[in-house]
Amino acid sequence: MAKPLFNQEENLNIEERDISAGADDVMRERKMKKYDVMIIGAGVSGSAIARELSAYDRKTAVLERASDICEGTSKANSGIVHAGYDAEPGTKKAALNLRGNTLMEKLAKQLDFPFRRNGSLVLCFEEKDRGRLEKLLEKGKKNGVEGLRILEKEELLQLEPGLSSKAAAALYAPSGGIVCPFGLTAALAENAYVNGVDFYLNTEVKAVKKTAEGYRLETADEVFFSRIVVNAAGVYADELHNMVSGKKLHITPRKGEYCLFDKTVGDSVSHTVFQLPTEYGKGVLVTPTVHGNLLVGPTAMDIEEKEGVNTTAPGLKDVLEKGGLSVRALPAGKVITSFAGLRAHEDGGDFVIGEVKDAKGFIDVAGIESPGLTCAPAIGEYVAAIVQEMMPAARKRNFVAERKGIALIAGMDNRERQEKIRENPAYANVICRCELVTEGEIMDAIHRPLGAVTLDGVKRRTRAGMGRCQAGFCSAKTVEILARELGKDIGEITKAGGGSVFLSD
Amino acid sequence: MRGNMFEKADIAIVGGGPAGLAAAAAACMEGIEAEKILIIERGGELGGILNQCIHNGFGLHTFKEELTGPEYAARYIEQVEEMGIPCLLNTIVTDIRADADGKKRMTVMNRTDGLFEIEAGAVILAMGCRERPRGALNIPGYRPAGIYSAGTAQHYVNIEGRMPGKEAVILGSGDIGLIMARRMTLEGAKVKLVAELMPYSGGLKRNIVQCLDDYGIPLKLSHTVVDIDGKERVKGVTIAKVDEKRRPIPGTEEYIGCDTLLLSCGLIPENELSAGMGVNLNPATSGPVVNESMETNISGVFACGNVLHVHDLVDYVSEEAANAGRHAASYIQQEAEEKRKKTQEGRLGIDGSCTVKRGMGCQEITIKAENGIRYTVPSVIRLAHMREEELIRFRTGDIYKDVSLAVRFNDTVVMRFHKKIMAPGEMEQIRLKKPKLEAFEGLREITLFIEGQ
Repeated sequence: MAKPLFNQEENLNIEERDISAGADDVMRERKMKKYDVMIIGAGVSGSAIARELSAYDRKTAVLERASDICEGTSKANSGIVHAGYDAEPGTKKAALNLRGNTLMEKLAKQLDFPFRRNGSLVLCFEEKDRGRLEKLLEKGKKNGVEGLRILEKEELLQLEPGLSSKAAAALYAPSGGIVCPFGLTAALAENAYVNGVDFYLNTEVKAVKKTAEGYRLETADEVFFSRIVVNAAGVYADELHNMVSGKKLHITPRKGEYCLFDKTVGDSVSHTVFQLPTEYGKGVLVTPTVHGNLLVGPTAMDIEEKEGVNTTAPGLKDVLEKGGLSVRALPAGKVITSFAGLRAHEDGGDFVIGEVKDAKGFIDVAGIESPGLTCAPAIGEYVAAIVQEMMPAARKRNFVAERKGIALIAGMDNRERQEKIRENPAYANVICRCELVTEGEIMDAIHRPLGAVTLDGVKRRTRAGMGRCQAGFCSAKTVEILARELGKDIGEITKAGGGSVFLSD
Repeated sequence: MRGNMFEKADIAIVGGGPAGLAAAAAACMEGIEAEKILIIERGGELGGILNQCIHNGFGLHTFKEELTGPEYAARYIEQVEEMGIPCLLNTIVTDIRADADGKKRMTVMNRTDGLFEIEAGAVILAMGCRERPRGALNIPGYRPAGIYSAGTAQHYVNIEGRMPGKEAVILGSGDIGLIMARRMTLEGAKVKLVAELMPYSGGLKRNIVQCLDDYGIPLKLSHTVVDIDGKERVKGVTIAKVDEKRRPIPGTEEYIGCDTLLLSCGLIPENELSAGMGVNLNPATSGPVVNESMETNISGVFACGNVLHVHDLVDYVSEEAANAGRHAASYIQQEAEEKRKKTQEGRLGIDGSCTVKRGMGCQEITIKAENGIRYTVPSVIRLAHMREEELIRFRTGDIYKDVSLAVRFNDTVVMRFHKKIMAPGEMEQIRLKKPKLEAFEGLREITLFIEGQ
């Protein structure tokens, strides 16, 4: 076992200091925080890696530019655990997809986040496309996906009566599933935190510089040093990579727009329903979510802007039109919200995971687009193995592998609710009527490890404001609780950090 | 489980806003003992949304004077308190069941008593409504802070004494939006305009005059917001004119800089509890289908106020709720009477099984809305239960000027009213007289429609 490079008491290594630095810089360097491994990005990949690394005796930290975990691509996607027939055999996507799918079930139990293996279907609408369905089946078999088979119309409609009668046949993948992307990311990050990983939120890495022993990471008002850097910066992973490597990466933000439907129509389908690409382009999926809503999307539009998460009128129209092809009736009047996410598409088309050739100790986790969410547990494992090879460390003896999520009143029967209220009367005070979320759950979300500090943070952890009134009723109350619990004025509470304040006075 | 006096009630009322209060008072006046009535309110005080409606204009019909929202509510709160009707505040009803024994059992929870069950003979649904959110409008753009329902903005300004923004655009000309245009202006904000998707306003005429015209705030009819700008806080919105199918017309886009977007795009009755217990809802109102007694398809379950259909004036809410309260009271009294009879018959050895159940077997007349009329409340009249005169309330689907509103009994037009103007924002009503209905042989169906439309 190799000794970790640093521990907290160790002094600043003088060689790391820039000779040309002025007095201010010298002060800054004195405060420099040192780690064995620093992960840039607290999305699902970064959090999964952090969780895996947290099992080892190293000093590990995560740097996140947003005010909360799960603020980028990880918060706005389909929430699908792909079976693994889609990726080209031999790619990282293919290998990690299968492994991720396998790991997800156990992880969901260990870390207590919602996951359901509901099976997925790829619809073929025309006989002439059947060949492509067969090809998909072959590809899936090559990738090692189990249980795949082609369903003919009759059996298909029996299995999924809500489908459009235009569906001719489908590839059925029983191992496909759905997961709560926030729940997954929060579970991983919280567990990493509990096991000693430091998280720095509101901390954007502005510069990465190679030093003799590792990397110097500069943020707006701090300098970090790390022996190993893991670049899990989502759509920004190319920018960080390009700071240290001559072999450039290029990531295109690929926008996906979605419409989310009310729970009253959540059972329109029970499987995740994909479409074979048609002459109208790549299809959209229609799926139930783990929380019982119906989700339709995404579009695929390459854009320039890495913050371009706005929805567009043509995009939303496209979602509803294409989604409508798969099912008997898409109740457009039941849309409760729409949103857009950006997939980080790297020019090479596959995930870019591994140590950068001309930047020793710098590990890329880039181009993590679909099936990235599915792969996250496998990516964590994979990157942890790379780190272990670079800097072997012993497994912690006191590693806590289990984590308990927020106890949700909505999921309890009356007896359990009674019990919970007896423990803490705040669980009787309903804040979000639509999703039945109480003050007790919101307080838990705020005070648990890596707790919520924003309205969106509370929403993602508890579902308060995720229902059909979309926080119209409860946002003011939630903001009040946040202010009270954090000892702030309601004017200081934000929707999602930065300048996203609610009040103008 | 707990020694609470509220575990049983003759009439349990869900919601302590204007509808619940008026229903409670009326039930009491009809002879139900005050302590056998129970109001369950999720907020910390009675009065509902009226508490944040600090503008005046309430009560013109009921009290013949202009009151503010809190003043109007106070009149009813005082009455309910004087009568001694118990109220459970800060208490949420999570579930109501109509059981086979005719009892309604609801699960409620609050901080002091925990979770418990209340058994009631009759239930009056008075949960009110909520505002249509941005998501339901599917407005494209970013999702920054600074987008509020008009009611949330009203809460911040009137209850918290805080300003949600400095420069606002309001989408939708519902009454709360109009009121908030004036309120924000008076508090120093600049309200740039009100955009309304429809070619007419959804609010009251008097509010357009007093809240927009008087302050020089433009109302742009047939306009909508097509994009929202700003990643953290709203920076501006793009509005566009819409065609007759309400589709934005390309080329008419206009960017309006603002830090706040208020939404006043309609209210939706909050019927999760009703639907959960099996109450039939009318798609046109999103509220329960009721008969002349404001009774739903479930015997002993009544509805009134904005949970039934969205009202324009609170005076009408109180009137309708009082009606529901009276009927709930007579339901309880009849049930008691039947029970007493049954016991007596049982003692005398008479088979009571042929007793005609309340409301069964009597003549039911369906009320239909056609040609420009969106809906009516009630939508069924049972002749046997009809009072001498019943009010039929309705709304139109468009603006109609100088038209004839007609009422058809089966296939015969029996009444015509000349209407100078009818607008979707204003609730309309007609009165039906019982003798007239009785005199019409074989009456099955009454239809309200606008002639020539």
